[in-house]
Amino acid sequence: MLAAAGWATLLFLYMPILVVLVFSFNASQYGARWGGFTWEWYARLAHNQNILRAAWNSLLIGVVSSALATVLGTMAALAVERFRWARPELWEGFFFIPIVVPELMMAIGFLLLFGVFGFPFGLGTLLLGHTTLNLPIVWLIVRARLKKLDPRLEEAALDLGATPWTAFWRVTFPLLSPAIVGGALTAFAISIDDFVISFFVAGPNSTTLPIQIYSMLKFSISPEVNALSAVLFVASMVLVGAAHFLQDRKEGYVH
Amino acid sequence: MRVPARVRLLAPPLAWIGVFYVVPLLLILAVSFVSRGAYGGVSWTPNWGNYGRIFDSLYGAVFFRSIVLSTAATAACALLAFPVSWWMARSPKRSQETLLLLVLIPFWTNILVRLYAWMFLLSGAGLLNSALQALGLTRGPVDILYTRGAILLGLLYGNLPLMILPLYASLERIDKSLLEAARDLYASPAQTLFRVILPLAKPGLAAGCILVFTSALCDFATPDLLGGAKNMLVGNLIQQQYLVARDWPFGSALSLTQMLVIGGGLLLFRRLEKAA
Repeated sequence: MLAAAGWATLLFLYMPILVVLVFSFNASQYGARWGGFTWEWYARLAHNQNILRAAWNSLLIGVVSSALATVLGTMAALAVERFRWARPELWEGFFFIPIVVPELMMAIGFLLLFGVFGFPFGLGTLLLGHTTLNLPIVWLIVRARLKKLDPRLEEAALDLGATPWTAFWRVTFPLLSPAIVGGALTAFAISIDDFVISFFVAGPNSTTLPIQIYSMLKFSISPEVNALSAVLFVASMVLVGAAHFLQDRKEGYVH
Repeated sequence: MRVPARVRLLAPPLAWIGVFYVVPLLLILAVSFVSRGAYGGVSWTPNWGNYGRIFDSLYGAVFFRSIVLSTAATAACALLAFPVSWWMARSPKRSQETLLLLVLIPFWTNILVRLYAWMFLLSGAGLLNSALQALGLTRGPVDILYTRGAILLGLLYGNLPLMILPLYASLERIDKSLLEAARDLYASPAQTLFRVILPLAKPGLAAGCILVFTSALCDFATPDLLGGAKNMLVGNLIQQQYLVARDWPFGSALSLTQMLVIGGGLLLFRRLEKAA
């Protein structure tokens, strides 16, 4: 009984996506009728200039913003966890707030910030927005791993005459790297996936994939949307799998 | 003078969040008390009327509808999430991780892809209508898409994992011997559920409710794509004020009011958690 309810819920979660996956190979253009198997919509996708440009923008912003967020987020985690502060919970709260406040607020705030100060909306504003969205996420992931690392390893390196810089790169960084890479992947996935902030701060020439899908859904649904959805679904599955694998990898020296 | 390492390390991320997060939030607050510029944008003259406009019947109705739908979606999520979370929590340890990942994957699929999937299923020529007609249950296509029911379904579908994760986390921690003790003392399954499991699941349930309610109330893609133009929710209203009407001060007042509603919901769920 319980197992049946569990599987039924999972079916409910997957059924709509699976239907779209199946129909992305449907030769018939309209509605729910099956007209045979085809790759045509994927081929059209590969030649649709709007979609290709949107995909390029998404990738570009994803790579640059997740790199920036990873550097800044790791710095924040190291600064708060590895040094003595009178009130560390103050900093923790500061980086935690953006995670708990709804994304819509962040999007509106960006619109006002860039609008009031006359900053042109485009790839630049998207980059700033996505980096801000991801910085606290990377901080959270790296911080979790730092909390589990034994600080005595670093102290031992320092006792043996390593400079703090050497100790970091030879001891802390290698132990921390699964979390850093996991955080970077998560940030990349969030950036590629983001719709709310992008929708508010994108300019006319900086459409990303989610915005492209939105305008297709609003104005001209075609079977290409099925194919694009299928591509995005598979891409996010791969990313989540990779991030999950990296963060969960058990290693020595972690208690 | 040398700046200590910890300060050099903390300053860049701190400044980033300050400039790109704290300043924008303060801007929302400030802009909600000024006037709209002649061509959109902001004219910095004080104006207390933005909040008053929210109580116009039109906007009040949008708020009311949003709160009702978000509450209904939260309740539906809780009901649907409970069996599957309990099932996951009682599964062998090894399969629990896989099941968690299975719950997470749809959640990580782009929101627009998920909404499109429902548009595809529910539209007039969609799979559900075709099935209903093929079974002879309806003669022509029925309006399912672009109704409030469709919004509710979309909010339920999109936010279900937000309920399952915290609920599963608190159910998984329940000590099995407590359930055995209840059975040994002749508690019926219903008594075990209501007097043992539910009280222990309350923290997870409350966290899930807060997450789902907040996410549903702030959503604008779901009501926009599944609800159509006549079923506007507060998320759409805010988006329209910013991007279409370009009345930023009113939009800011709306979003701060929305935050107050969320804060109220948060207090309410906390109170329920303590009282029940």
